[in-house]
Amino acid sequence: MTASEFALEGVQRTPARAALAPAAGTGIGFEGVSVAYRGATVLQDFSLRVPPGEIVALIGPSGSGKTTALRAIAGFVRPVQGRVRIGERDVTALPPYARDIGMVVQNYALFPHMRVDENVAFGLRARRSPEALASERIRECLSMVGMLDFARRYPRELSGGQQQRVAIARALAIRPQVLLLDEPLSALDAQIRRNMLDELARLHRELPALTILYVTHDQTEALTLADRIAILRDGRLVAYGPSQALYRRPPNRFAAEFLGRANLLPVSVERITEAGRMASVRFGDGRLQAQRHPQLHVGDDCLLCIRPHEVSLAPPAEAHNSLTATVQSVVWQGDLHSIALEMEDCILRLVCAPMRDPPRPGHPLELHFSAQDSILIPVDHGEHV
Amino acid sequence: MSSAAFPVAGTSAGRAGSGAGLWIAPPLLLLAGSFFYPLAFVAGQALMGDAGPPTLGHFGAVFRTAVFQKAVVHTIEIALAASAGCLVLGLIFALILTFVPFPGARVLARLIDTFIALPTFLVALAFTFVYGSAGILNASLMDLLHLPLPPVDFLYSAAGVILAEVTVYTPFILRPLLAAFSLIESAQIEVASSLGAGPWRIIRQIILPAALPALLAGGSLCLLLTVNEFGIVMFIGAKGVITLPLLVYDKAIQEFDYTSACVVAVVNIALSLSLYSLYRFVVGRFGGRLAGLE
Repeated sequence: MTASEFALEGVQRTPARAALAPAAGTGIGFEGVSVAYRGATVLQDFSLRVPPGEIVALIGPSGSGKTTALRAIAGFVRPVQGRVRIGERDVTALPPYARDIGMVVQNYALFPHMRVDENVAFGLRARRSPEALASERIRECLSMVGMLDFARRYPRELSGGQQQRVAIARALAIRPQVLLLDEPLSALDAQIRRNMLDELARLHRELPALTILYVTHDQTEALTLADRIAILRDGRLVAYGPSQALYRRPPNRFAAEFLGRANLLPVSVERITEAGRMASVRFGDGRLQAQRHPQLHVGDDCLLCIRPHEVSLAPPAEAHNSLTATVQSVVWQGDLHSIALEMEDCILRLVCAPMRDPPRPGHPLELHFSAQDSILIPVDHGEHV
Repeated sequence: MSSAAFPVAGTSAGRAGSGAGLWIAPPLLLLAGSFFYPLAFVAGQALMGDAGPPTLGHFGAVFRTAVFQKAVVHTIEIALAASAGCLVLGLIFALILTFVPFPGARVLARLIDTFIALPTFLVALAFTFVYGSAGILNASLMDLLHLPLPPVDFLYSAAGVILAEVTVYTPFILRPLLAAFSLIESAQIEVASSLGAGPWRIIRQIILPAALPALLAGGSLCLLLTVNEFGIVMFIGAKGVITLPLLVYDKAIQEFDYTSACVVAVVNIALSLSLYSLYRFVVGRFGGRLAGLE
């Protein structure tokens, strides 16, 4: 493989870094996987295909089964039903050490009695890599995460962020087919978390063939990093798709509320327009325009989803929808104002750039949003995909 | 704080100090009378004999006897072998109980713990019933195989003593090991496994280094206890197996040779104190918390 094959977005990867990447991308597949602990099903009929070279984030509330799904890929739990695949290989019955995966966990799990370079070398030595190759790989990986100068330190001599970098280097050193990240930034403070998020994004740009399954409960991490997002709830997959599409067009109420903030207005479909792509809906005494959900027909009750930042006080050129609401509260959050408004027994939130003279509670406000930014969501069977 | 406050505080502290001194005196006197005096008496008897100036001659005389030399060798051999046995057995039990969980594992761990509460000779007695010449095992084998003599004949030897001591003292290794293992993050083992390490490599490179302080401290404690073990050696009565505590008993109670008994006792005490110092050093050096001993 030539170095030029790794060129991405104008960035030429160095041969050393190219060597760290798997020869070709390898996908991950869950096929109807169910996992139970002591009779209680924690992951149910879970099917998901992670395309080679992509980052897929598994998100969901606590107990939703996202970590269990990751542990099923790693081989730490055995599905009671279904198959797990890494590439074309069925790994369901393979022990963890035979699966060719790299793993980074929340609390780093560095081996405390080993120095940084020994930690990174662990997987290579376990695979009986020649010493020369191991030394070279240790240097590459530590240099990639900016920890080469700390090679002879013990984990206890490093900060949380540094320990996490070492954990990533350790996982990459074995040149895994897939990298599993289990809430890798949860133990870090906000500033370091933001930096590490950038680092992970850079890492993936440098290793574009590496498939990453990223478990997090933080929607910002998922939206920032992932090509696709899978949302789990009560052990089931409730939404899966490209990050932007899932954010802009959530398929159900749970996805809309879990992935970012959403205003959900109860509406009923009055008319289907633009060849079935758009719909005119009734909200209270007024009418609004929104993108139609394919399952919705005239007369159906549903929810109109509009993100807080899509609502504006000044009418934009393409705005189709206008509402009048009463200001309930105004909260300044530094780089934005968050305003809660009340209308038709609903609370609607909008966020906007900080205002010199923000509206006061009790005052009426005219709100505008585009039909292209609003999407209809079915009410009744919106819980599952 | 004003300067006037200091004399008041100082007076108060001084009174507290002298008061504390008075309170310490009775227990100190009690300790001196009941513990240090007998020890000093033993040391004095070893140096002076029944009468006479202090001399190391009694030590020399005892050290030259074959029975003493054998007792020292037996004591160290049995203590080392029993401690090694405890380490191996304790490690295996602890690994199974922690990392290969099975129904009843916790109950089994508690059951093993109860050996700590039992008098040591009880195990020797139980062993006699099971492995003795007329024990269950030999009787069954003789019946089954029509043998004229008991085929299992290890109990009345050093091996029998070692086996009994291993049975009694393994919990002293098991308990700190279980505590140490419980401190190992399961994520470390899982990550090691995901990196390609098999079970043996994980035990060798992840679990054992983490358990080393507990192993060293537990091993030192076992060594200390087995050096001083009397009940098991006495009860089994193994032929030709005389240890230092048993030699003290023989000299004092059977031969009425108190001077020699005191000399052997002083050697035994020196050995015990050395091992205890080793134990404290290990606990202090590696941390009692990690070793599960403090």
